[in-house]
Amino acid sequence: MKLYTKTAHELHDLLVRKEVSAIELVKTQAERMQALESKIRAFVTPTVDKALEQAARVDAKIAAGEAIGPLEGIPMAIKDNMCTDGVRTTCSSKILNKFVPPYDATVVTKLKEAGAVMMGKTNLDEFAMGSSTENSGFFATRNPWDTERVPGGSSGGSAASVAAGQAVFSLGSDTGGSIRQPAAFCGVVGLKPTYGAVSRFGLIAFASSLDQIGPFTRDVRDCAHVMNAIAGHDAKDSTSAPVDYPDYTSLLGKSIKGWRVGLPKEYFGDGMDPEVKEVIEKAVKTIESLGAEVAECSLPHTEYALPVYYLIAPAEASSNLARYDGVRYGYRSESADDLITMFKKTRAEGFGDEVKRRIMLGTYALSSGYYDAYYLKALKVRTLIKNDFDQAFEKFDCILSPTTPSVAFKFGDRTDNPLQMYLSDVFTLSVNLAGIPGLSINAGFAQGMPVGLQIIGKPFDEARLLQIAHAYEEATGCHSKMPDLGV
Amino acid sequence: MERDFDFEIVMGLEVHAELHTKSKIFCGCTTEFGGEQNTHVCPVCLGLPGVLPVLNRQVVDYAMKAGLALNCEIAEFSKFDRKNYFYPDLPKAYQISQYDLPIAKDGYIEIEAGGKKKRIGITRVHMEEDAGKLVHAGAANLAGADYSLADYNRTGVPLIEIVSEPDIRSIEEAIAYLEQMKAILEYTEVSDCKMEQGSLRCDANVSLRPWGQKEFGTKAELKNMNSFKALQRALEYEIERQAEILREGGKIVQETRMWDEAKGMTISLRSKEEAHDYRYFPDPDLVPIVISREWVDKVRQTLPELPQARRLRLVQSYGLPQYDADIIVGSKAMADYFDAACSAYGIAVAAGTEADSKGKERAKQISNYMMGELTRFLNATEKGFQDSPISLDNLVGLLRLLEEGTISTKIAKTVFEEMFATGKAAKTVVEEKGLVQISDEGAIAAVIREILAANPSVVADYKAGKEKAMGFLVGQAMKATKGKANPGLVNKLLKEELAKM
Repeated sequence: MKLYTKTAHELHDLLVRKEVSAIELVKTQAERMQALESKIRAFVTPTVDKALEQAARVDAKIAAGEAIGPLEGIPMAIKDNMCTDGVRTTCSSKILNKFVPPYDATVVTKLKEAGAVMMGKTNLDEFAMGSSTENSGFFATRNPWDTERVPGGSSGGSAASVAAGQAVFSLGSDTGGSIRQPAAFCGVVGLKPTYGAVSRFGLIAFASSLDQIGPFTRDVRDCAHVMNAIAGHDAKDSTSAPVDYPDYTSLLGKSIKGWRVGLPKEYFGDGMDPEVKEVIEKAVKTIESLGAEVAECSLPHTEYALPVYYLIAPAEASSNLARYDGVRYGYRSESADDLITMFKKTRAEGFGDEVKRRIMLGTYALSSGYYDAYYLKALKVRTLIKNDFDQAFEKFDCILSPTTPSVAFKFGDRTDNPLQMYLSDVFTLSVNLAGIPGLSINAGFAQGMPVGLQIIGKPFDEARLLQIAHAYEEATGCHSKMPDLGV
Repeated sequence: MERDFDFEIVMGLEVHAELHTKSKIFCGCTTEFGGEQNTHVCPVCLGLPGVLPVLNRQVVDYAMKAGLALNCEIAEFSKFDRKNYFYPDLPKAYQISQYDLPIAKDGYIEIEAGGKKKRIGITRVHMEEDAGKLVHAGAANLAGADYSLADYNRTGVPLIEIVSEPDIRSIEEAIAYLEQMKAILEYTEVSDCKMEQGSLRCDANVSLRPWGQKEFGTKAELKNMNSFKALQRALEYEIERQAEILREGGKIVQETRMWDEAKGMTISLRSKEEAHDYRYFPDPDLVPIVISREWVDKVRQTLPELPQARRLRLVQSYGLPQYDADIIVGSKAMADYFDAACSAYGIAVAAGTEADSKGKERAKQISNYMMGELTRFLNATEKGFQDSPISLDNLVGLLRLLEEGTISTKIAKTVFEEMFATGKAAKTVVEEKGLVQISDEGAIAAVIREILAANPSVVADYKAGKEKAMGFLVGQAMKATKGKANPGLVNKLLKEELAKM
């Protein structure tokens, strides 16, 4: 029995039937983690010892005949930009290298309450800025399907850990596609929930109005379970939505007959890899065969999403990252004699190139004299982009697109050309700008690499996105394939 | 400044007031002043990575209340913005403040300066968080310090910033404006306005222009005035500094200047060219504030009688002289004490009605004691009216004894002192010390006769027309009775006896 190939709900059944213990699960997972770490490098900080303690508590509960929840005893991983009480949280940045938060992010608290067992903190592009996890301040994570290729980013560590079977599920954060793009590259399920559906408290901010935490899982049902655990209103986050949250598993298995599915013509133009296009077109046919009506739709302001995103996100980042000044915690330059020099050197030495690039972009966009022309204009166009979706959803239940224009690229392929790199998120950015949910599932393979299908929905419509994704998964079974890593 | 000054002074003030909420603006930490360094802090007010601000609703209530008291329009839609700059006392490297959509705007207050009433416009009232403070070791400020420590206890304490229109034309007006502003904020109880603790701070924009010129002159912004005296001195210095430059044909540089209390001068901090670019933008961590009419009405109902209305009432209802009313209304605690004392003395009247002449007499007595003895003793013991050791009943008790003639004005002073020291009732003090006024004509006459017999030369002087001699004799009589003799009777009987001689 290869435990590492199983989903959370399958493992739950094994735990309940006492065919496996939580301790065994952690141990198998830890072995796999260690065996693959030199190849994949998904983890910044492993927390196996703590995981064993947590697992022992779950086993005691099972032994006492108590009922356990769906995530209880399940090994998981957390992207290292979510705060964990007593466990260092680095954002994969030199500047936060030694930061140990005295609090848990709300999602971490919720997963702890749900009994999930944390195996470690996963690698990311520094401060979640990037599309390949090559921009980590520590080391690059590799794609389990082909270790010559990137796992995507910025949540590359979280996506790779699930794809490689090092964790059963993980959490990532998505500011412009940082869950969906690596999910696509690594062939796992990745959901960027509606803005406000999952608390951001404890998530180290990149761009506050766009950031959202979401799960990576091996199948859609697991994604629903994780959402059940992490979604909900949080008094510690003003932007958290006080609405009724559904049981995300409630619609799984229900037919999608009669669904109206939109294909945005702007997403199927130039620039898409023909093989990726082919896989997506086939996936659309499958959806159609399940009873959905597919028609072309239009999101006319799509072409502005990339420039708008690269004004708003860096603007917010420039402000959010200003607190790393060496005064109170984290890295401080030792070669400064006065205050201003200390600020400057700390930041010059502590931040990597991509982070500096975005801080400079954002600072410029917010400067007096440029604010109206750039930031304010971007906010206005953001509204137009959101309106595009609102209009489309008057006619359609959901929108399908490729998650990325190509499959995972090779290391170094795009590092010299930041603009080229930014284009790998071109299909995902608009969803963050509009604050709506987007889900990426494995649609099939091209060049032996997974291809992601993106399903975009109305605000707070995650349960229905999971319903259609589940229907696709049942019809194709391509989610069950795992990379062969030789161990 | 007089009209013969070469230039017209144009000023606007920016007042920062710490709101008197129990907890900070974006977290649950206490706002209490002082405390051991960095004990009133949490991850949220320290802006640690990942934490988020959550707005304290009470702050909005208080800011709104201040806005209403300053006759402002309350915004239906308001939001928080980030003001970005680096400084070690600012943990997030940005201050959460309000930029283009403040909670309140377009108000005014009425001041009186040089005997003239005047309206000063209020441009805006906005909410923001306070920063921490640096403690410089071995020096008063950063320059020259061996090292500096940061105390974040004050970080996140809620502030309102009140910006006036450039309507102020003299130092006198500026002081009156700040006094009136302080009184209004105290009356509404949104701030404790303790300038010495920094809970009320003031900056000033100062410019001069030739009389008759419409355009404003170039202004300088003055910072760091934390008392009325400092404001007065800083303005005097700055106006003279600018006038001198202008008289010599020079140009004023637009800049920010700091008032240096020790040196007694303003010092340039930064010029406009190097002025900060704060890169304001809407704080994405906080949702906009939508304020309903109902919410405004609810806050409006909590507005107390404001100083101006109260001053008017004290003059109209109790016939107090304007001078007395000004002093009493100048402090809310004093005004509250006055109203309560009137009520205890049975002379409380509703607004718009007048007390009878007896009531007015009594009110004036209360005022006299409050402005005189009570203030003196409170000041000496560094107490406020709210914690006066003389209860309202005891004060009224004393005034009754006076009114009945049981004690003399002079004795009342002794009694008052004892009451203040012990908290005892006037009657008790009078009884314990045997201070009842002697109004027995026979007894007083006997004393007088003795004195006259003992001082023949003085009597002779009096007879010779020396009026002063009379005073000496009265004094002797009072001394002999230990001040208890009714002075009116002493005078009367003394004259009678002398006439007989």
